[in-house]
Amino acid sequence: MKEFGYSLSPSSRVDLDKVDKSKQNRLFALEPGFKKCMSCGSCSATCSAGNYTDVSLRRAISYIQNGQDQLAVNMLRNCMLCGKCLIICPRGINTRNLIRNILNVYGEKQI
Amino acid sequence: MNINGKKKIWSEYQKEIPEDHYFYVRSCIRQNFFPASEKLFLEIVRERLSLDFFETEHHTTCGGIAYHSDTIPQETVMTIVARQFALMTEAGYKNYVASCITSFGLYTEILDTWHHFPELESKIRDYLWKTTKREFQKPEYLAHASDVVYKLRNKIASQAKYKLVNKDTGEPLKVVEHIGCHYSKMFPSKGVGGAEYPYVLTGMIEAWGGEIVDYPERRHCCGFGFRQYLVQANRGYSISNTHKKFESMAPFKPDMIITNCPGCPYFLDRWQYVIKEMEGKTYGENGEGIPVFTYEEVAGLVLGYDPWYLGMQMHQTAVEPLLDKIGIKYNKEEKYLL
Amino acid sequence: MNREILIIGGGPAGLECANSLISLGYKVFIVEKSAEPGGHLRKWDRLFPYGASASETLEKLLQQSNKALFFYETEVKSIKKSDGVFIATLSDETQLHVGSIVVATGFSLFPAAKKEEYGYGIYNGVITNADLEDAFKTGKKEFFKANRVGFVHCVGSRDEKVCNRHCSKVCCVTAVKQACEFKDLNPEAEVYCFYMDLRMFGRGYEDLYLKAQNKYGIRFIRGRVSEVAEDVDGCLVLKAEDTLTSRPLKVTLDLLVLMSGISKNPDNDEIALMLGIDTDEDGFLSLCEPNLNNNKTQVEGVFLTGSVTGPKTLPETLNEARAAALAVHKYLSR
Repeated sequence: MKEFGYSLSPSSRVDLDKVDKSKQNRLFALEPGFKKCMSCGSCSATCSAGNYTDVSLRRAISYIQNGQDQLAVNMLRNCMLCGKCLIICPRGINTRNLIRNILNVYGEKQI
Repeated sequence: MNINGKKKIWSEYQKEIPEDHYFYVRSCIRQNFFPASEKLFLEIVRERLSLDFFETEHHTTCGGIAYHSDTIPQETVMTIVARQFALMTEAGYKNYVASCITSFGLYTEILDTWHHFPELESKIRDYLWKTTKREFQKPEYLAHASDVVYKLRNKIASQAKYKLVNKDTGEPLKVVEHIGCHYSKMFPSKGVGGAEYPYVLTGMIEAWGGEIVDYPERRHCCGFGFRQYLVQANRGYSISNTHKKFESMAPFKPDMIITNCPGCPYFLDRWQYVIKEMEGKTYGENGEGIPVFTYEEVAGLVLGYDPWYLGMQMHQTAVEPLLDKIGIKYNKEEKYLL
Repeated sequence: MNREILIIGGGPAGLECANSLISLGYKVFIVEKSAEPGGHLRKWDRLFPYGASASETLEKLLQQSNKALFFYETEVKSIKKSDGVFIATLSDETQLHVGSIVVATGFSLFPAAKKEEYGYGIYNGVITNADLEDAFKTGKKEFFKANRVGFVHCVGSRDEKVCNRHCSKVCCVTAVKQACEFKDLNPEAEVYCFYMDLRMFGRGYEDLYLKAQNKYGIRFIRGRVSEVAEDVDGCLVLKAEDTLTSRPLKVTLDLLVLMSGISKNPDNDEIALMLGIDTDEDGFLSLCEPNLNNNKTQVEGVFLTGSVTGPKTLPETLNEARAAALAVHKYLSR
């Protein structure tokens, strides 16, 4: 392979055709509330960790939906499971259970 | 795919294209990239079709490359363009035809800007007078050279020696058309067929026996993008765009690509080599690339010109497999002799 | 006192206005451009948010209004007013002398082919909300085989380029309704809704949205579709941005449903000119006191009702129609 001083740039495009649906379905079974998120952002607004580290449950949910699992996992590792998002979610999603199960289904280490 | 839906759109985006009496302006870069294309255009319209196309050695760059690379301001580029219009006026012409897509886009943009801001036009007239003592009329008709070839496509077809057909199977060749961004994306109504489904090259291909491939990234930029290419650090973006197009068109197994822009054929042609060296991937048959042509070159092939006279030895991606497919005769030994 | 009323338009607004006027003892003429009454309602299968049958709803509206005198495939050619009486000449040369006129000429569905980038009329898998409704109604099974389906909200709405800056109001909930119905017919299908804002303003709408997510697993993506093309298999390749993660996005689909919005009736300018009333910048007919009165125009005795003054839901239209009848009654009893 020749060196040209530049190379193909990785694409930032989300490809929904490549989303692993079986993993998603496993997660939905463990926490059906996942599907109810309407991206209001109140979980991220209230997040104890979110002001200091890059963690947003709202975005993590979108990442999972878009098949960008690793982004979600990396983000949710910063969660302290304090439960503030659980209090605030207007759709009553069990956010702590959701976070734990995202890490269970998509992370390498089980929690 | 329902072709009638496209035909309806095509019928809505027709522009008036005079057939004759044009002031012709060349492109800066095409003469290096595809040196025979402009000469051939003039040869076809003047000698084959006996039309009046005038050009002058006083014509300079339109300033488009500098403008799109953010190195000169708009008023400067407008004054350069005003000077080209003055040359047309002095030569006694009213129809202006540009070989370059970016020039065509720039002329269209400037005329439209002057329409909305007449005070700017007066200012530019003043600048031109102060710097060159020239005055100008605006063109009555502004065309891109591909508009003219589109207009003349059936006349060219009637003199054709070859058709864009696979000589062994009798099937029409599958052709990818690529339209330069500045042709109609900025002003859809100024392009034949509009911006979403441009007809200018499709019309030629249909008239010359080929079949157009509509693939998902058809509307995507070729990857030139001026700033994306000019700086080496940005070339990854340039080639990535080209790569995206090839990945998208590959499943359709196109036989060839036709373009109407200076940069597009160059980048679609040259980047195929670079992608092959970088990724080990080729997109044509038998490990070859997909040959890329200007519309003048395709017209020349159809009319039976010698491929080496058309400058096809300057292409990076070999054209021979396509020539063989059509049955065009050429002498291998003479490829680099001209 | 002339107790005869002319209603222009035999859609839900015209029919319900006629119903009320008839029960108040008026004689009603309905001039309808097409061959049948019911307007867009006739073409629909089920109504949001509860899934009521459109044809049964129309049937109920028609029960009472059959006492009106209908002129089908007829238009009003000219209107003159003398001594407080309107003299309307119809396209079949009939002359009607009426005490009041109600304009209920409704809307037209945005012609989706105008959004060239979506390829309606070009790519086979691209249909509109009206096409899908027709498929529900007539049981066109081939549509429901599609396993990957997208809904594009705001087609011809909130779009200055097609001269429709307004929100069409009903498409968001219609998309959610149709998406759920599609899942009922093909539970295996992956369904995506592409929206800019979800405007679930009405009673029961938010419940339907929640059901769409929770029960049907429909994915809502905030981002406007930018272009559609066909791949080598004839499937649709669609581009949008997921604006919530700021990433460009691509998906391959079998069927794409364009939510054609509510456009002004193209006859509005002509109708306004004939009656001496105005249209607003958006092309819908003007109301002189839009906050106080949804029916009143600047011409005494001429009233408006329904979506001729802007996008409306069916219940809103019917309420307005009844209000228009009362306004006519008040005017003629003055």
